[in-house]
Amino acid sequence: MKKNDIFLICGIIFIIACSFLLVFAFRSEGSRVLVVVDKEVYKEFDLNENTTYEIRQENGERNVIEIKDGYVRMTEASCPDKLCVKQGWIRYNYESITCLPNKVYVRISGGEEGELDAVAE
Amino acid sequence: MKPKRIALYGLFIALAFIFSYIESLIPIPFPVPGVKLGLANLVVVVAMYGMGVKEAFVLSIVRILLVGFTFRDPSTMIFSLAGGLLSWLMMAVFKKLKLFSMVGVSIIGGISHNIGQIIVAILYVNNTSIIYYLPFLMVSGLVSGTLIGLLAGLVLKRLQKFFLYEK
Repeated sequence: MKKNDIFLICGIIFIIACSFLLVFAFRSEGSRVLVVVDKEVYKEFDLNENTTYEIRQENGERNVIEIKDGYVRMTEASCPDKLCVKQGWIRYNYESITCLPNKVYVRISGGEEGELDAVAE
Repeated sequence: MKPKRIALYGLFIALAFIFSYIESLIPIPFPVPGVKLGLANLVVVVAMYGMGVKEAFVLSIVRILLVGFTFRDPSTMIFSLAGGLLSWLMMAVFKKLKLFSMVGVSIIGGISHNIGQIIVAILYVNNTSIIYYLPFLMVSGLVSGTLIGLLAGLVLKRLQKFFLYEK
């Protein structure tokens, strides 16, 4: 190893630390859940309304999402790796769960209600 | 092409292929897409320093095509190709610049592999929020890149005579 390698490692650790800090510092609670299938918005939900929903595509692929107490997760997926299911719950604005093989993702967004709440506070 | 070179290609491709298979058997405890050990990358780094930049390119592409058609869904090959190509390009550039040792070059390779995959994933589903995975993937690239770089150093030291004879 050269001295430069150590600098490189320190530099990368610094960048990683900064990006984690930024993500945590600027995160805010979301209020809407967007379901996007093949680049098109498929359905929209209220994050505070408990529900489960099944996404069924024409090609036979399916995903099931569950919204509960302000959190969303993917409970079932027909994809082989099931990474989206393993990811667990999300709740903050701009967080998303992506199922790449099925071209499906759910994303939390602020929506108008979120902004109104923020003003009311 | 010299017979020895052909044999080396065969050996390395087989090795990278097996490493990819072994890797698919190891469960990853982190639910972030793209977090991997990158064992096959060990072969690419060894080939890059032992054989040459061009040879590492051929090896990397052949491995991705083979693995894509056998162990994985071919439609996911686009992610491996994006990662593999960017990783190779960055490693080739930084190897030439001679700023870093094999460890540094391997780290750059690991991280750019993840960046390449993320860029394609963002375009594939049109979800820019995937960028939130990047810090996690950078940690993964840093750790695996360091380990692969150190391992490649050990391997090359032991194979030194072999590669010298080849040239």
